Amino acid sequence: MAKEEYRIIEAEAVVPYELALGGTVSNFFDYLKEEKIMGKRCRKCSRVLVPPRSFCPRCFEEMDEWVEVGQEGVVETWVYINMPFYGQVIKVPYVSAQIRLDGSDSGLTHLIAGFDLTNVNKVREIVKLGGRVKAVWSKEKKGNILDIAYFEPVK
Amino acid sequence: MGRAVAVIGTGQTKHGRRPDVSYPDMVREVIMVALEDAGITLKDVDGVVHGTMPSMMEGVSSTHLYFAEAIGAVGKPIMKVETCGSTGQSIAHCGFFWVASGMADIVLVVGSEKMNEGDSQATMTTVFDPYFQRVFAAGAPGTFTMQCMEWMYRFKIPEDKGREAAAMVSVSNHDNAMDNPYAHIRMKVTMDDVKNSRIVTYPVRLLDVCPSSDGACAVIFASEEKAKKICKKPAWIKGVGFRGEESFFGESDKSIWPSATEAAQEAYRQAGIKDPLKELDVAEIYNPFTYQEMIFCECFGFCPRGEAPDYVLKGTFKKGGELPCCPSGGTLCTNPIGATGLIRLAETVLQVTGKAGARQVEGAKIALSHAMGGVDQFNGVTIVSSNL
Repeated sequence: MAKEEYRIIEAEAVVPYELALGGTVSNFFDYLKEEKIMGKRCRKCSRVLVPPRSFCPRCFEEMDEWVEVGQEGVVETWVYINMPFYGQVIKVPYVSAQIRLDGSDSGLTHLIAGFDLTNVNKVREIVKLGGRVKAVWSKEKKGNILDIAYFEPVK
Repeated sequence: MGRAVAVIGTGQTKHGRRPDVSYPDMVREVIMVALEDAGITLKDVDGVVHGTMPSMMEGVSSTHLYFAEAIGAVGKPIMKVETCGSTGQSIAHCGFFWVASGMADIVLVVGSEKMNEGDSQATMTTVFDPYFQRVFAAGAPGTFTMQCMEWMYRFKIPEDKGREAAAMVSVSNHDNAMDNPYAHIRMKVTMDDVKNSRIVTYPVRLLDVCPSSDGACAVIFASEEKAKKICKKPAWIKGVGFRGEESFFGESDKSIWPSATEAAQEAYRQAGIKDPLKELDVAEIYNPFTYQEMIFCECFGFCPRGEAPDYVLKGTFKKGGELPCCPSGGTLCTNPIGATGLIRLAETVLQVTGKAGARQVEGAKIALSHAMGGVDQFNGVTIVSSNL
Protein backbone atom coordinates (compact mmCIF):
# COMPACT_ATOMS: atom_id res chain seq x y z
CA MET A 1 0.00 0.00 0.00
CA ALA A 2 1.22 3.50 -0.71
CA LYS A 3 1.72 5.66 2.36
CA GLU A 4 -1.35 7.83 1.83
CA GLU A 5 -3.49 4.67 1.72
CA TYR A 6 -2.72 3.43 5.25
CA ARG A 7 -6.12 3.04 6.84
CA ILE A 8 -7.26 2.81 10.45
CA ILE A 9 -10.39 2.02 12.42
CA GLU A 10 -11.14 4.28 15.38
CA ALA A 11 -11.77 2.38 18.60
CA GLU A 12 -12.38 3.26 22.23
CA ALA A 13 -12.64 1.29 25.45
CA VAL A 14 -14.21 3.22 28.35
CA VAL A 15 -15.01 1.06 31.36
CA PRO A 16 -16.19 2.46 34.73
CA TYR A 17 -14.83 0.77 37.88
CA GLU A 18 -15.65 0.73 41.60
CA LEU A 19 -12.38 -0.19 43.30
CA ALA A 20 -12.65 -1.33 46.94
CA LEU A 21 -10.41 0.64 49.33
CA GLY A 22 -10.28 -1.93 52.12
CA GLY A 23 -10.00 -1.07 55.82
CA THR A 24 -6.54 0.51 56.01
CA VAL A 25 -6.99 2.93 53.10
CA SER A 26 -10.55 3.82 54.25
CA ASN A 27 -9.27 4.65 57.73
CA PHE A 28 -6.37 6.70 56.34
CA PHE A 29 -8.81 8.82 54.30
CA ASP A 30 -11.10 9.20 57.35
CA TYR A 31 -8.12 10.54 59.34
CA LEU A 32 -7.37 12.99 56.50
CA LYS A 33 -10.88 14.40 56.99
CA GLU A 34 -9.79 15.23 60.56
CA GLU A 35 -6.57 16.79 59.18
CA LYS A 36 -4.44 14.00 60.63
CA ILE A 37 -1.82 12.12 58.62
CA MET A 38 -1.53 8.59 59.95
CA GLY A 39 0.92 5.83 59.10
CA LYS A 40 1.20 2.25 60.21
CA ARG A 41 4.12 0.70 62.06
CA CYS A 42 5.37 -2.83 61.44
CA ARG A 43 5.85 -4.67 64.74
CA LYS A 44 8.63 -6.72 63.21
CA CYS A 45 10.85 -4.19 61.36
CA SER A 46 9.51 -1.09 63.18
CA ARG A 47 9.22 0.91 59.96
CA VAL A 48 6.40 3.46 59.79
CA LEU A 49 4.87 3.57 56.31
CA VAL A 50 2.86 6.48 54.87
CA PRO A 51 0.68 5.72 52.94
CA PRO A 52 -0.20 3.02 55.46
CA ARG A 53 -0.23 -0.64 54.55
CA SER A 54 -2.44 -3.43 55.84
CA PHE A 55 0.68 -5.61 55.81
CA CYS A 56 4.41 -4.93 55.68
CA PRO A 57 5.70 -5.48 52.11
CA ARG A 58 9.05 -6.75 53.40
CA CYS A 59 8.08 -8.76 56.51
CA PHE A 60 4.67 -9.87 55.17
CA GLU A 61 3.32 -9.31 58.70
CA GLU A 62 0.00 -7.60 59.42
CA MET A 63 0.40 -3.92 60.31
CA ASP A 64 -2.16 -2.96 62.94
CA GLU A 65 -0.51 -0.12 64.87
CA TRP A 66 -1.56 3.37 63.74
CA VAL A 67 0.96 6.17 64.29
CA GLU A 68 0.37 9.88 63.66
CA VAL A 69 3.22 11.41 61.66
CA GLY A 70 4.20 15.05 61.17
CA GLN A 71 2.52 17.38 58.71
CA GLU A 72 5.95 18.60 57.71
CA GLY A 73 8.67 16.66 55.97
CA VAL A 74 11.66 16.61 53.67
CA VAL A 75 11.61 16.60 49.86
CA GLU A 76 13.39 13.39 48.79
CA THR A 77 12.91 14.07 45.09
CA TRP A 78 10.60 16.00 42.81
CA VAL A 79 9.66 16.45 39.17
CA TYR A 80 8.25 19.36 37.18
CA ILE A 81 5.53 18.05 34.90
CA ASN A 82 4.49 20.08 31.91
CA MET A 83 3.43 17.19 29.71
CA PRO A 84 -0.27 16.70 29.02
CA PHE A 85 -1.79 13.26 28.36
CA TYR A 86 -5.23 11.66 28.11
CA GLY A 87 -6.98 11.28 31.45
CA GLN A 88 -4.56 13.51 33.41
CA VAL A 89 -6.16 14.67 36.69
CA ILE A 90 -3.96 17.62 37.69
CA LYS A 91 -3.68 20.57 35.34
CA VAL A 92 -0.13 21.15 34.00
CA PRO A 93 2.32 22.51 34.94
CA TYR A 94 2.65 20.87 38.37
CA VAL A 95 5.32 19.54 40.71
CA SER A 96 5.07 15.94 41.93
CA ALA A 97 7.36 14.96 44.79
CA GLN A 98 8.32 12.27 47.26
CA ILE A 99 7.95 13.71 50.74
CA ARG A 100 9.30 11.96 53.83
CA LEU A 101 7.08 13.22 56.64
CA ASP A 102 8.63 13.59 60.10
CA GLY A 103 8.31 10.23 61.84
CA SER A 104 7.79 8.24 58.62
CA ASP A 105 10.17 5.78 56.97
CA SER A 106 8.84 6.10 53.41
CA GLY A 107 8.20 8.78 50.82
CA LEU A 108 4.64 10.00 50.22
CA THR A 109 3.85 11.00 46.63
CA HIS A 110 2.11 14.39 46.51
CA LEU A 111 2.17 17.88 44.99
CA ILE A 112 4.35 20.84 45.92
CA ALA A 113 2.48 24.05 45.10
CA GLY A 114 1.22 27.36 46.47
CA PHE A 115 3.36 29.58 44.21
CA ASP A 116 3.68 30.50 40.53
CA LEU A 117 4.49 27.29 38.63
CA THR A 118 4.69 28.63 35.09
CA ASN A 119 8.49 28.99 34.87
CA VAL A 120 10.61 25.94 35.66
CA ASN A 121 13.69 28.04 36.50
CA LYS A 122 11.75 30.04 39.09
CA VAL A 123 10.29 26.81 40.48
CA ARG A 124 13.83 25.44 40.91
CA GLU A 125 14.67 28.40 43.14
CA ILE A 126 11.74 27.53 45.42
CA VAL A 127 11.62 23.70 45.43
CA LYS A 128 14.81 22.20 46.85
CA LEU A 129 15.97 18.61 47.26
CA GLY A 130 16.26 18.09 51.00
CA GLY A 131 14.11 21.18 51.61
CA ARG A 132 11.23 21.19 54.09
CA VAL A 133 7.56 21.34 53.12
CA LYS A 134 4.28 21.27 55.03
CA ALA A 135 0.77 20.07 54.27
CA VAL A 136 -1.92 22.52 53.14
CA TRP A 137 -5.42 21.12 53.63
CA SER A 138 -8.34 21.31 51.23
CA LYS A 139 -11.29 23.16 52.76
CA GLU A 140 -13.77 20.62 51.47
CA LYS A 141 -12.84 17.01 52.34
CA LYS A 142 -13.85 14.24 49.96
CA GLY A 143 -12.12 11.30 51.62
CA ASN A 144 -9.29 10.92 49.13
CA ILE A 145 -5.61 11.81 48.81
CA LEU A 146 -6.47 15.31 47.56
CA ASP A 147 -7.90 16.19 51.00
CA ILE A 148 -4.30 17.32 51.41
CA ALA A 149 -4.43 20.03 48.72
CA TYR A 150 -0.64 20.15 48.35
CA PHE A 151 2.57 20.68 50.29
CA GLU A 152 4.13 24.13 50.42
CA PRO A 153 7.78 25.02 51.10
CA VAL A 154 8.48 26.01 54.72
CA LYS A 155 9.99 29.48 54.75
CA MET B 1 20.27 -24.12 36.42
CA GLY B 2 18.54 -27.25 35.01
CA ARG B 3 19.52 -28.38 31.49
CA ALA B 4 21.85 -26.25 29.35
CA VAL B 5 19.85 -23.92 27.09
CA ALA B 6 20.91 -22.11 23.92
CA VAL B 7 19.46 -19.40 21.73
CA ILE B 8 19.45 -20.74 18.16
CA GLY B 9 17.73 -17.89 16.33
CA THR B 10 16.53 -14.31 16.67
CA GLY B 11 14.37 -11.96 14.64
CA GLN B 12 13.42 -8.30 14.72
CA THR B 13 11.00 -6.20 12.71
CA LYS B 14 11.95 -2.83 11.34
CA HIS B 15 10.99 -0.78 14.39
CA GLY B 16 9.35 2.62 14.29
CA ARG B 17 5.94 3.83 13.17
CA ARG B 18 4.27 0.88 11.48
CA PRO B 19 0.84 1.99 10.17
CA ASP B 20 1.64 -0.16 7.12
CA VAL B 21 0.79 -3.40 8.97
CA SER B 22 -1.90 -4.62 11.36
CA TYR B 23 -0.66 -5.85 14.75
CA PRO B 24 -1.07 -9.58 13.88
CA ASP B 25 0.73 -9.10 10.55
CA MET B 26 3.60 -7.28 12.29
CA VAL B 27 3.97 -10.18 14.73
CA ARG B 28 3.91 -12.83 11.98
CA GLU B 29 6.61 -10.84 10.19
CA VAL B 30 9.02 -11.33 13.10
CA ILE B 31 8.19 -15.02 13.57
CA MET B 32 9.12 -15.69 9.92
CA VAL B 33 12.47 -13.91 10.38
CA ALA B 34 13.34 -15.85 13.57
CA LEU B 35 12.35 -19.25 12.12
CA GLU B 36 14.47 -18.59 9.05
CA ASP B 37 17.40 -17.46 11.19
CA ALA B 38 17.21 -20.69 13.23
CA GLY B 39 16.62 -22.84 10.14
CA ILE B 40 13.53 -24.52 11.61
CA THR B 41 9.78 -24.53 10.91
CA LEU B 42 6.82 -24.07 13.24
CA LYS B 43 6.49 -27.88 13.38
CA ASP B 44 9.72 -27.99 15.40
CA VAL B 45 8.39 -25.59 18.06
CA ASP B 46 7.05 -27.20 21.28
CA GLY B 47 5.57 -24.10 22.88
CA VAL B 48 5.15 -20.32 22.53
CA VAL B 49 5.65 -17.55 25.11
CA HIS B 50 4.34 -14.05 24.41
CA GLY B 51 4.50 -10.76 26.27
CA THR B 52 3.44 -7.11 25.98
CA MET B 53 2.67 -4.05 28.06
CA PRO B 54 -0.87 -3.68 29.54
CA SER B 55 -3.49 -4.58 26.92
CA MET B 56 -4.92 -1.05 26.88
CA MET B 57 -1.73 0.11 25.13
CA GLU B 58 -3.30 -1.26 21.94
CA GLY B 59 -6.96 -1.43 22.95
CA VAL B 60 -7.38 -5.20 22.48
CA SER B 61 -7.59 -7.39 25.57
CA SER B 62 -5.24 -10.38 25.76
CA THR B 63 -3.50 -9.59 22.49
CA HIS B 64 -1.73 -12.95 22.55
CA LEU B 65 -5.10 -14.65 22.01
CA TYR B 66 -6.19 -12.26 19.25
CA PHE B 67 -3.08 -13.10 17.28
CA ALA B 68 -2.45 -16.63 18.56
CA GLU B 69 -2.27 -17.83 14.98
CA ALA B 70 0.22 -15.11 14.02
CA ILE B 71 2.62 -16.20 16.77
CA GLY B 72 2.35 -19.80 15.61
CA ALA B 73 0.51 -21.00 18.70
CA VAL B 74 -2.31 -22.94 17.00
CA GLY B 75 -2.12 -26.52 18.26
CA LYS B 76 0.59 -25.66 20.81
CA PRO B 77 0.81 -24.62 24.46
CA ILE B 78 0.84 -20.82 24.88
CA MET B 79 1.95 -18.68 27.82
CA LYS B 80 1.57 -14.96 28.38
CA VAL B 81 3.92 -13.15 30.74
CA GLU B 82 3.56 -9.45 31.52
CA THR B 83 5.81 -7.37 33.78
CA CYS B 84 5.54 -3.97 32.09
CA GLY B 85 8.88 -2.76 30.71
CA SER B 86 10.72 -5.84 31.96
CA THR B 87 8.35 -8.11 30.00
CA GLY B 88 11.04 -8.84 27.38
CA GLN B 89 13.39 -10.30 29.98
CA SER B 90 10.54 -12.09 31.78
CA ILE B 91 9.43 -13.92 28.62
CA ALA B 92 13.05 -14.81 27.82
CA HIS B 93 13.45 -16.26 31.31
CA CYS B 94 10.17 -18.15 30.86
CA GLY B 95 11.44 -19.69 27.60
CA PHE B 96 14.71 -20.56 29.31
CA PHE B 97 12.92 -22.18 32.30
CA TRP B 98 10.66 -24.19 29.97
CA VAL B 99 13.59 -25.73 28.08
CA ALA B 100 15.87 -26.01 31.14
CA SER B 101 13.14 -27.97 32.95
CA GLY B 102 13.16 -30.63 30.23
CA MET B 103 9.44 -30.13 29.49
CA ALA B 104 10.16 -28.68 26.03
CA ASP B 105 13.06 -28.87 23.58
CA ILE B 106 12.36 -25.82 21.42
CA VAL B 107 10.43 -22.76 22.61
CA LEU B 108 9.55 -19.67 20.60
CA VAL B 109 9.50 -16.43 22.63
CA VAL B 110 7.83 -13.32 21.19
CA GLY B 111 7.58 -9.78 22.51
CA SER B 112 5.65 -7.06 20.71
CA GLU B 113 4.10 -3.62 21.00
CA LYS B 114 2.33 -1.07 18.85
CA MET B 115 2.81 2.02 20.96
CA ASN B 116 1.60 4.45 18.34
CA GLU B 117 -1.96 3.10 18.22
CA GLY B 118 -3.08 4.35 21.65
CA ASP B 119 -1.89 6.83 24.28
CA SER B 120 1.20 5.28 25.84
CA GLN B 121 1.69 7.75 28.74
CA ALA B 122 -2.00 7.52 29.69
CA THR B 123 -1.71 3.71 29.65
CA MET B 124 1.44 3.76 31.77
CA THR B 125 -0.17 6.07 34.31
CA THR B 126 -2.74 3.31 35.01
CA VAL B 127 0.14 1.12 36.20
CA PHE B 128 0.22 3.26 39.36
CA ASP B 129 -1.98 2.30 42.34
CA PRO B 130 -5.40 3.99 42.08
CA TYR B 131 -5.59 5.25 45.70
CA PHE B 132 -2.47 7.27 46.37
CA GLN B 133 -0.08 7.73 43.48
CA ARG B 134 -1.99 7.75 40.21
CA VAL B 135 -3.39 11.30 40.29
CA PHE B 136 0.15 12.69 40.63
CA ALA B 137 1.83 10.34 38.16
CA ALA B 138 2.91 11.35 34.68
CA GLY B 139 3.73 8.09 32.97
CA ALA B 140 7.36 7.09 32.58
CA PRO B 141 8.95 10.58 32.49
CA GLY B 142 7.53 11.56 35.89
CA THR B 143 8.89 8.48 37.65
CA PHE B 144 12.25 8.24 35.93
CA THR B 145 12.99 11.92 36.42
CA MET B 146 12.27 11.69 40.14
CA GLN B 147 14.66 8.75 40.28
CA CYS B 148 17.48 10.57 38.51
CA MET B 149 17.06 13.65 40.75
CA GLU B 150 17.17 11.42 43.85
CA TRP B 151 20.34 9.69 42.55
CA MET B 152 22.21 12.94 41.79
CA TYR B 153 21.25 14.40 45.16
CA ARG B 154 22.23 11.25 47.08
CA PHE B 155 25.70 11.03 45.53
CA LYS B 156 26.25 14.80 45.37
CA ILE B 157 26.68 14.71 41.60
CA PRO B 158 26.84 18.34 40.46
CA GLU B 159 23.96 19.13 38.13
CA ASP B 160 26.30 20.30 35.34
CA LYS B 161 28.32 17.11 35.49
CA GLY B 162 25.19 14.93 35.43
CA ARG B 163 23.91 16.97 32.48
CA GLU B 164 27.21 16.63 30.57
CA ALA B 165 27.42 12.86 31.14
CA ALA B 166 23.74 12.30 30.22
CA ALA B 167 24.30 14.25 26.99
CA MET B 168 27.25 12.00 26.21
CA VAL B 169 25.09 8.91 26.82
CA SER B 170 22.60 10.30 24.30
CA VAL B 171 25.26 11.11 21.68
CA SER B 172 26.83 7.66 22.10
CA ASN B 173 23.50 5.81 21.75
CA HIS B 174 22.46 7.87 18.72
CA ASP B 175 25.86 7.26 17.10
CA ASN B 176 25.44 3.54 17.71
CA ALA B 177 21.91 3.47 16.28
CA MET B 178 23.34 4.67 12.96
CA ASP B 179 24.96 1.21 12.70
CA ASN B 180 21.70 -0.63 13.48
CA PRO B 181 19.34 -1.19 10.53
CA TYR B 182 16.46 -2.10 12.90
CA ALA B 183 16.68 1.09 15.02
CA HIS B 184 13.72 3.50 15.11
CA ILE B 185 15.63 6.79 15.54
CA ARG B 186 18.66 6.99 13.29
CA MET B 187 20.15 10.46 13.37
CA LYS B 188 23.40 12.04 14.50
CA VAL B 189 23.09 14.36 17.49
CA THR B 190 25.68 16.60 19.14
CA MET B 191 26.20 17.41 22.82
CA ASP B 192 24.67 20.85 22.18
CA ASP B 193 21.65 19.32 20.41
CA VAL B 194 20.92 17.26 23.54
CA LYS B 195 21.53 20.09 26.00
CA ASN B 196 19.37 22.51 24.01
CA SER B 197 16.51 20.13 23.22
CA ARG B 198 13.04 20.77 24.67
CA ILE B 199 12.52 20.08 28.39
CA VAL B 200 10.23 17.07 28.93
CA THR B 201 10.41 16.83 32.74
CA TYR B 202 13.28 18.97 34.06
CA PRO B 203 16.23 18.21 33.90
CA VAL B 204 15.29 15.55 31.33
CA ARG B 205 15.14 16.84 27.76
CA LEU B 206 13.70 15.39 24.57
CA LEU B 207 16.99 13.82 23.44
CA ASP B 208 17.38 12.17 26.87
CA VAL B 209 14.18 10.19 26.20
CA CYS B 210 13.31 7.16 24.03
CA PRO B 211 10.70 7.30 21.24
CA SER B 212 7.37 5.42 21.20
CA SER B 213 7.95 2.58 18.76
CA ASP B 214 5.99 -0.17 17.05
CA GLY B 215 7.90 -3.40 16.69
CA ALA B 216 8.41 -7.02 17.63
CA CYS B 217 11.21 -9.40 18.48
CA ALA B 218 11.35 -13.21 18.54
CA VAL B 219 13.99 -15.46 20.10
CA ILE B 220 14.14 -19.26 19.81
CA PHE B 221 15.43 -21.30 22.77
CA ALA B 222 16.63 -24.90 22.41
CA SER B 223 18.03 -27.73 24.49
CA GLU B 224 21.73 -28.59 24.19
CA GLU B 225 20.98 -31.67 22.08
CA LYS B 226 18.74 -29.80 19.62
CA ALA B 227 20.99 -26.73 19.52
CA LYS B 228 24.07 -28.77 18.62
CA LYS B 229 22.11 -30.56 15.88
CA ILE B 230 20.44 -27.47 14.36
CA CYS B 231 22.72 -24.51 14.95
CA LYS B 232 26.34 -23.90 13.92
CA LYS B 233 26.92 -21.14 16.46
CA PRO B 234 24.42 -21.00 19.31
CA ALA B 235 24.58 -18.54 22.21
CA TRP B 236 24.38 -20.18 25.63
CA ILE B 237 22.38 -18.85 28.57
CA LYS B 238 24.81 -18.64 31.49
CA GLY B 239 22.76 -16.82 34.09
CA VAL B 240 19.35 -15.22 34.69
CA GLY B 241 18.30 -12.91 37.50
CA PHE B 242 14.98 -11.21 38.20
CA ARG B 243 13.87 -9.21 41.24
CA GLY B 244 10.87 -7.07 42.20
CA GLU B 245 10.21 -4.45 44.82
CA GLU B 246 7.30 -2.51 46.34
CA SER B 247 4.74 -0.76 44.13
CA PHE B 248 4.92 2.51 46.08
CA PHE B 249 7.80 4.52 44.64
CA GLY B 250 8.74 6.04 48.02
CA GLU B 251 9.16 2.73 49.86
CA SER B 252 12.55 1.71 48.45
CA ASP B 253 15.75 3.58 47.69
CA LYS B 254 15.71 4.13 43.93
CA SER B 255 19.16 5.78 43.91
CA ILE B 256 20.73 2.39 44.65
CA TRP B 257 17.79 0.42 43.18
CA PRO B 258 17.80 -2.91 45.07
CA SER B 259 15.94 -4.93 42.40
CA ALA B 260 18.42 -3.94 39.65
CA THR B 261 21.41 -4.62 41.88
CA GLU B 262 20.14 -7.99 43.11
CA ALA B 263 18.96 -9.21 39.68
CA ALA B 264 22.49 -8.64 38.31
CA GLN B 265 24.12 -10.28 41.35
CA GLU B 266 21.94 -13.36 40.90
CA ALA B 267 22.82 -13.63 37.18
CA TYR B 268 26.54 -13.10 37.94
CA ARG B 269 26.45 -15.79 40.63
CA GLN B 270 25.02 -18.33 38.15
CA ALA B 271 27.47 -17.29 35.41
CA GLY B 272 30.46 -17.20 37.77
CA ILE B 273 31.19 -13.54 37.07
CA LYS B 274 33.17 -11.72 39.78
CA ASP B 275 34.34 -8.52 38.06
CA PRO B 276 31.70 -7.53 35.48
CA LEU B 277 33.64 -4.54 34.07
CA LYS B 278 36.57 -6.81 33.17
CA GLU B 279 34.72 -10.04 32.37
CA LEU B 280 31.81 -8.76 30.26
CA ASP B 281 32.54 -7.79 26.64
CA VAL B 282 29.32 -5.90 25.96
CA ALA B 283 26.13 -4.85 27.76
CA GLU B 284 22.67 -4.08 26.40
CA ILE B 285 21.03 -2.03 29.14
CA TYR B 286 17.38 -1.00 29.12
CA ASN B 287 17.92 2.76 28.94
CA PRO B 288 14.72 4.64 28.04
CA PHE B 289 16.29 7.66 29.76
CA THR B 290 19.95 8.71 29.57
CA TYR B 291 20.34 9.31 33.31
CA GLN B 292 18.99 5.85 34.03
CA GLU B 293 21.71 4.16 31.98
CA MET B 294 24.19 5.60 34.49
CA ILE B 295 22.21 4.35 37.51
CA PHE B 296 22.16 0.88 35.95
CA CYS B 297 25.93 0.91 35.32
CA GLU B 298 26.34 1.41 39.08
CA CYS B 299 23.74 -1.21 40.05
CA PHE B 300 25.41 -3.76 37.75
CA GLY B 301 28.81 -3.15 39.35
CA PHE B 302 30.43 -1.59 36.27
CA CYS B 303 31.66 1.28 38.47
CA PRO B 304 31.35 2.49 42.10
CA ARG B 305 28.13 4.20 43.25
CA GLY B 306 27.95 7.84 42.24
CA GLU B 307 30.83 7.56 39.76
CA ALA B 308 28.98 6.57 36.56
CA PRO B 309 29.19 10.13 35.17
CA ASP B 310 33.02 10.01 35.50
CA TYR B 311 33.16 6.66 33.70
CA VAL B 312 30.82 7.90 30.97
CA LEU B 313 32.87 11.07 30.47
CA LYS B 314 36.11 9.11 30.13
CA GLY B 315 34.48 6.85 27.50
CA THR B 316 34.39 3.52 29.37
CA PHE B 317 30.96 2.59 27.98
CA LYS B 318 31.35 3.97 24.45
CA LYS B 319 32.02 1.87 21.38
CA GLY B 320 35.72 0.98 21.65
CA GLY B 321 35.67 1.59 25.42
CA GLU B 322 36.40 -0.99 28.10
CA LEU B 323 32.75 -2.16 28.29
CA PRO B 324 30.64 -0.92 25.36
CA CYS B 325 27.02 -0.32 26.45
CA CYS B 326 24.18 -0.50 23.95
CA PRO B 327 26.06 -0.80 20.63
CA SER B 328 22.55 -1.20 19.11
CA GLY B 329 21.64 2.37 20.07
CA GLY B 330 19.68 0.93 22.96
CA THR B 331 16.17 1.53 24.21
CA LEU B 332 16.95 5.24 23.89
CA CYS B 333 16.63 4.96 20.09
CA THR B 334 14.04 2.11 19.85
CA ASN B 335 11.32 1.25 22.37
CA PRO B 336 8.41 -1.04 21.42
CA ILE B 337 8.12 -1.83 25.13
CA GLY B 338 6.86 -5.44 25.18
CA ALA B 339 9.63 -6.33 22.72
CA THR B 340 12.36 -4.09 24.12
CA GLY B 341 13.80 -6.36 26.83
CA LEU B 342 13.87 -9.24 24.34
CA ILE B 343 15.61 -7.02 21.75
CA ARG B 344 18.31 -6.43 24.39
CA LEU B 345 18.80 -10.21 24.67
CA ALA B 346 18.67 -10.71 20.87
CA GLU B 347 21.34 -8.02 20.42
CA THR B 348 23.68 -9.73 22.91
CA VAL B 349 23.09 -13.05 21.10
CA LEU B 350 24.11 -11.37 17.81
CA GLN B 351 27.20 -9.96 19.56
CA VAL B 352 28.51 -13.24 21.05
CA THR B 353 27.81 -15.14 17.82
CA GLY B 354 29.59 -12.54 15.68
CA LYS B 355 26.42 -11.66 13.72
CA ALA B 356 25.99 -8.02 14.78
CA GLY B 357 27.16 -6.50 11.50
CA ALA B 358 28.30 -2.88 11.67
CA ARG B 359 27.53 -2.73 15.40
CA GLN B 360 29.69 -5.78 16.22
CA VAL B 361 31.98 -5.40 19.24
CA GLU B 362 35.16 -7.13 18.07
CA GLY B 363 35.67 -10.54 19.67
CA ALA B 364 32.66 -10.33 22.05
CA LYS B 365 32.20 -13.63 23.89
CA ILE B 366 30.13 -12.84 26.99
CA ALA B 367 27.39 -10.24 27.31
CA LEU B 368 24.73 -8.88 29.65
CA SER B 369 21.20 -7.91 28.64
CA HIS B 370 18.63 -6.25 30.87
CA ALA B 371 15.17 -4.74 31.19
CA MET B 372 13.22 -2.91 33.89
CA GLY B 373 9.52 -2.34 34.41
CA GLY B 374 6.62 -1.22 36.61
CA VAL B 375 6.81 1.89 38.77
CA ASP B 376 10.61 1.49 38.94
CA GLN B 377 9.77 -1.89 40.33
CA PHE B 378 11.15 -4.88 38.39
CA ASN B 379 14.52 -5.71 36.91
CA GLY B 380 15.64 -8.71 34.85
CA VAL B 381 19.15 -9.62 33.67
CA THR B 382 20.41 -12.38 31.34
CA ILE B 383 24.02 -13.37 30.64
CA VAL B 384 24.85 -15.10 27.33
CA SER B 385 28.12 -16.59 26.17
CA SER B 386 29.57 -18.08 23.00
CA ASN B 387 30.82 -20.98 25.16
CA LEU B 388 28.68 -23.72 26.67
